[in-house]
Amino acid sequence: MIEIENLSKHFTLHNQGGAVIPVMAGAELQVSPGECVALTGQSGAGKSTLMRMIYGNYLSAGGTIRVNGTDITRATPREIIRLRREALGYVSQFLRVVPRVPTRAVVAEPLLALGTDTATAYARAEELLAMLNIPEPLWSLSPTTFSGGEQQRVNIARGFAHQYPAMLLDEPTASLDVNNREVVLTLIQKAKAQGAAIIGIFHDEAARARVCDREVDVTRFTPAQAA
Amino acid sequence: MTEHAYNFAYLDEATKQMIRRAILKGLAIPGYQVPFASREMPMPYGWGTGGVQVTAACLTPSDTLKVIDQGADDATNAVSIRKFFERTARVATTTATAEASVIQTRHRIPEERLSEGQILVYQVPIPEPLRFLEPRESETRRMHALEEYGLMHVKLYEDIARHGEIATSYAYPVKVEERYVMDPSPIPKFDNPKLSGMAAIQLFGAGREQRIYALPPYTEVVSLDFEDHPFEPMKADHDCDLCGAGESYLDELITDDAGGRMFVCSDTDFCAARRAGGHRGRLVPEGDAA
Amino acid sequence: MTAHDPHIGAMTAAIDMPLLSVGGLTKTYGSGRGCANVSFDLWPGEVLGIVGESGSGKSTLLGCLAGHIRPDAGRVVYDLDGHARDTVSMAEPDRRRLSRTEWTFVHQNPRDGLRMGVSAGGNVGERLMAVGARNYGAIRETATDWLERVEIAADRIDDRPRAFSGGMQQRLQIARNLVTGPRLVFMDEPTGGLDVSVQARLLDLLRGLVRDMGLSVIIVTHDLAVVRLLADRLMVMKDGRVIEEGLTDQVLDDPQAAYTQLLVSSVLQV
Repeated sequence: MIEIENLSKHFTLHNQGGAVIPVMAGAELQVSPGECVALTGQSGAGKSTLMRMIYGNYLSAGGTIRVNGTDITRATPREIIRLRREALGYVSQFLRVVPRVPTRAVVAEPLLALGTDTATAYARAEELLAMLNIPEPLWSLSPTTFSGGEQQRVNIARGFAHQYPAMLLDEPTASLDVNNREVVLTLIQKAKAQGAAIIGIFHDEAARARVCDREVDVTRFTPAQAA
Repeated sequence: MTEHAYNFAYLDEATKQMIRRAILKGLAIPGYQVPFASREMPMPYGWGTGGVQVTAACLTPSDTLKVIDQGADDATNAVSIRKFFERTARVATTTATAEASVIQTRHRIPEERLSEGQILVYQVPIPEPLRFLEPRESETRRMHALEEYGLMHVKLYEDIARHGEIATSYAYPVKVEERYVMDPSPIPKFDNPKLSGMAAIQLFGAGREQRIYALPPYTEVVSLDFEDHPFEPMKADHDCDLCGAGESYLDELITDDAGGRMFVCSDTDFCAARRAGGHRGRLVPEGDAA
Repeated sequence: MTAHDPHIGAMTAAIDMPLLSVGGLTKTYGSGRGCANVSFDLWPGEVLGIVGESGSGKSTLLGCLAGHIRPDAGRVVYDLDGHARDTVSMAEPDRRRLSRTEWTFVHQNPRDGLRMGVSAGGNVGERLMAVGARNYGAIRETATDWLERVEIAADRIDDRPRAFSGGMQQRLQIARNLVTGPRLVFMDEPTGGLDVSVQARLLDLLRGLVRDMGLSVIIVTHDLAVVRLLADRLMVMKDGRVIEEGLTDQVLDDPQAAYTQLLVSSVLQV
């Protein structure tokens, strides 16, 4: 489902004397449907960078990233938008939404974008919000006013609203209490059971052990620091 | 200075030729405003300089001229224009609608049905029906050229929104032969139906704005409206107090300080002819027909 | 933001043709300003953001695209019911018809896009009347619906826009523009000059309308936060040229050109 071959990446800082900072070289990774792979490595080793490259958020310098048959490194914006809408989900650490949009609509949006009728989309959104213990009175309010933990849960609900065949999870259990952590882990297990290929970053080792089938240390994709 | 110092009908021949060309173009494109080089006339703008130039360009020595102002032959404006042509063209004049070959009018169409061979010349203050809503001449010309007339209905919409009905009661916009939207000059909307299918030639002259437009005989002219607010010609709900006519356009006159008032035909010739024919209204004593 | 109406999705998938295909579009002014050799495709349901500083040529480009400015060279091919029509070489009456049926233009200053002397209802109704609506009751009903859709109370329908706040005027302009169901919307700094909270409300409204109506949008702005929330794709302009383009979040998070890096780094947290 997700196939990465010989992937490399560097940043060119034009406004700092044109400094070129290589951040990745020779990255290889395959994730099959129903499999969950944890990215490990120290902070700054390139876990998030790799996730962002898979999502098309960062450009790649070389190599290929195939998700559901589409090569992200060569796809047009339109193809990536379609892939993100239909096949590739991403739960980031931060919620980024238009202020004022009610929580219920934020969570339902991925489904609405796929053409799901409003009633079905909202029902699914409410099911997830209830599952993640977001109090019902908050559903009609914008999540921009919520606490960090609540925002995180809204973000997770949104990420799991549609059943994506491939998912990227960036610290999905961070800053969650025991109950909600359990809900999220169950959601991940369920997604796996339904055939989703998942790549995740988990600092929570117990969580990692429970949902991940294997670990990949991204440190080995770190290029020799040639400055 | 004697009358002989003037060319026939005051304007020089070259000017009349220029105006005739504009008239012919106007007749060829009904409702289209044709620019023309309006001349200074010996009367102020607003007193019918456009109509006078058109009349001057149309007159021949054998014509009979009638001039009316708000339907009346004896109003100051009508009298002075009639005198002007009596002096400068020495044409015959009349107050009888049927006898006139050329009728210059301000703000009315005669009640009596006009016939082929007659010319009705309107004095026009503002020829551009879109002016009120779109001040740029360049833009209104483009709108006419491209038939972008949504704006015209906006004006009518605003009327209904504000007054519950289309309150425009004069200079009511019309569409000519399903093409040009035209200002019929400030005639009461009561007269609008007469514009359509008229046997006479209708010419419109705007002196200050330098525009001439025209309706050839039997042109279809439709007053703009909405399906659920159809156009309705309106008049005072009275009969003429002098001639008893029930179907003519009426002027309301205040007769005394006690609020007394009477309604009389605005078309003086029509009213006089009816009275001569024995018709009488509410305020005319029995036996007194005139 | 993309079309979510399944019918629209199915239709575009079957035809699979860009709504707008721009090639080699060039307009230069004596001073050297303008835009040069701009090419891109816009697909149904897509929102394209064009960013750049004043004088970058983005407004000239928008004017050329929308038919307000005649380009020196290039083509702007629009998919009119399955027929590719070059709107640059099209006769003016056809182009004007296009711009009051299929296209619409939202101005930065609502005064440029509204008739200030005409009631809110008349402003919304004008486009309906321009395409032949002649039933007062139906026009008013549609106008009322649209006022509510853009969150203007129905009882303000007979008020003139002068009496409205800036945000309300801008929402009224949007209602006026969208009432006839266009497919392509040009926007010139639609949130410029509005307070931040008013901007958010407007952005939310626009996003919903784009999704529900399957609109394609070309939005010119210097506000990166606006494109981040509204645009699927981004073009960055400098000195009349497109120097970088791509997915909006990719261009903002991993900018490649020196100028784009400067632009992004000079804005706090977008």
